[in-house]
Amino acid sequence: MDLYEHQARQLFEEHGIPVPRAEVTDSPKEARAIARRLGGRAVVKAQVRTGGRGKAGGVKLAADPAAAELTARQILGMDIKGHRVDTVMLAQPVDIDTEYYVSYVLDRTAGGFLAIASAEGGTDIEEVAASRPEAVARVPVDPAEGVTSAKAGEIAEAAGLPPGTVDTLVRLWRVLVAEDALLVEVNPLVRTRQGRVLALDGKVTLDDNARFRQERWGADTPAPGDPLEAAAAAKGLNYVRLDGEVGVIGNGAGLVMSTLDVVAGCGARPANFLDIGGGASARVMADGLSVVLADPAVKSVLVNVFGGITACDAVAEGIVQALESVRLTKPLVVRLDGNNAARGRAVLDRRAHPGVEQATTMDGAARRAAQLATDA
Amino acid sequence: MAIYLTKDSRVLVQGMTGGEGTKHTRRMLAAGTNVVGGVNPRKAGRTVDFDVPRGPNGRAGATVAVPVFGSVREGMAATGADVTVVFVPPPFTKAAVVEAADAGIGLAVVITEGVPVHDTVAFTAHARRRGTRIIGPNCPGLITPGQSGAGIIPADIAEPGRIGLVSKSGTLTYQLMYELRDVGFSTCVGIGGDPVVGTTHIDCLAAFQDDPDTDLIVLIGEIGGDAEERAAAYIRAHVTKPVVGYIAGFTAPEGRTMGHAGAIVSGSSGTAQAKKRALEAAGVQVGDTPTDTARLVLATLAGPDPGRDVTHG
Repeated sequence: MDLYEHQARQLFEEHGIPVPRAEVTDSPKEARAIARRLGGRAVVKAQVRTGGRGKAGGVKLAADPAAAELTARQILGMDIKGHRVDTVMLAQPVDIDTEYYVSYVLDRTAGGFLAIASAEGGTDIEEVAASRPEAVARVPVDPAEGVTSAKAGEIAEAAGLPPGTVDTLVRLWRVLVAEDALLVEVNPLVRTRQGRVLALDGKVTLDDNARFRQERWGADTPAPGDPLEAAAAAKGLNYVRLDGEVGVIGNGAGLVMSTLDVVAGCGARPANFLDIGGGASARVMADGLSVVLADPAVKSVLVNVFGGITACDAVAEGIVQALESVRLTKPLVVRLDGNNAARGRAVLDRRAHPGVEQATTMDGAARRAAQLATDA
Repeated sequence: MAIYLTKDSRVLVQGMTGGEGTKHTRRMLAAGTNVVGGVNPRKAGRTVDFDVPRGPNGRAGATVAVPVFGSVREGMAATGADVTVVFVPPPFTKAAVVEAADAGIGLAVVITEGVPVHDTVAFTAHARRRGTRIIGPNCPGLITPGQSGAGIIPADIAEPGRIGLVSKSGTLTYQLMYELRDVGFSTCVGIGGDPVVGTTHIDCLAAFQDDPDTDLIVLIGEIGGDAEERAAAYIRAHVTKPVVGYIAGFTAPEGRTMGHAGAIVSGSSGTAQAKKRALEAAGVQVGDTPTDTARLVLATLAGPDPGRDVTHG
């Protein structure tokens, strides 16, 4: 989960990293009051979980409290890359002398964390890395030792950062560890004309797997913007809505991803990813079917289950029971294979629901579902 | 001979007395796995009776009494165990794996899904220093058909044979095993779908290359990270046995996690297209679907001389 900038700023502040004074609001009137408290001038920044806010007009300098109110009114409600702006942060402007980039990111390949730092901050670091790779230092961090002052000194030196950034590098590592973050990034980290080092903007990505011990952010978990994704999330389903017409339900992340590809290979477009996992009980199947069928773009539904741990007859019983509670408004193609597949197919044959067809292979089932969607 | 796991492997189960642990210990026994003990400090000294169902090589219908030990170290001392399978829930997984590594076990297979990445980073680094191989986390484990299974891969899908398989995905592993069930497998390893895993595609490629019982390697990948690209470079430099590949996730949108925590396309990195291209550039044939992948395997095995480097000479 990505945090908002103001949440990242709060974490930095709690861990002793200097940040500009700032407050958050969803009201233009309050924005005026905040600007007054900050001394009159303020940077008004849209709070959205996506990059490129500046280019989209989501970050503006207001010269006085009245301008802050006007600017907040403009920015609130804006759409930035599909994200609606619900809150703005007003921050005290600072006199920037130099901008740097620092982050700790998960290095999947090495199975550890990597410090990335550059004396050329303030811009897109990927662009700097692509055009001038020598300007970006990458220093692996030993997870057992972490970032000590000595390690931070090594990172700063490799990137050409001044010694004044060492303390921030140490504290930023503490944020990463304490919050179970997969990414902490400060861009830009600035030196002001007065010689202070400040974290001006930050990004923090938390590990969803660590929620059991990081409860404080639970309430801030964003509900998915898409209503079907929100409904699926409420039912605990692993659902991603896509832009197509063949609904897909399967067991196991890899098999479902593969099923989407096979549907696409048949000339149709998958409408969603839905992994019902190993169990595939009647309840989960019913929940899954109701979410997929609620998508008006769906013209046919493909259920692709390989019975590995779960027996196919249990899955078939689940489908039959689900059909009791869910009205099948689109044709359903079912492919059951693996453990007890013959018995599972017999269960569906006995039910003989007019909207349900069976296919014996994954490719055949995908072809049929694609054809039904095209003909509809 | 197979890789990592044979009929001689002596297997402990950490978390054996929990729901998943109990269910899968019974299945492992049915598969012929030599499960020599469970580990649970609160139930040390007891034994757990398993009514073993009929399995391909199991002790059909028998009741097997499996002793519970207070620690991995005790279990190893009493039984000579060299493998542990970890079903311990996420909050306690790190401690369980560190304990196993400190006891000096050779292989720890971590089935648990939902382990925090910081914990995985810590225990894989610790295990490396101790010389313990980790498979997983968030994986189905591995199976050497006809000999032994450590984890949750069903034992009755495929026969023993001479194909080695390595995959991030459990169900795609089962699908490919099923498609190629009559040809059979030396060992199938599910390395897991998390961003950080203990054993990589490359580790398995190296082991299969050295395994005299493996003639051909099936490599299954999916979106996210660059493990498949790195595997491709490794194949080009070090693997002379034929490799057939499959990649899932061509239709996955950018920036969305597709089921597995590690299955995400970030910007332009981690795409299925890039992985397929890298594998093909290394001479690996890549199937369009699981069934097409199985067809390529059969065609390669039926080639003029399957023992030779026919796919990337």
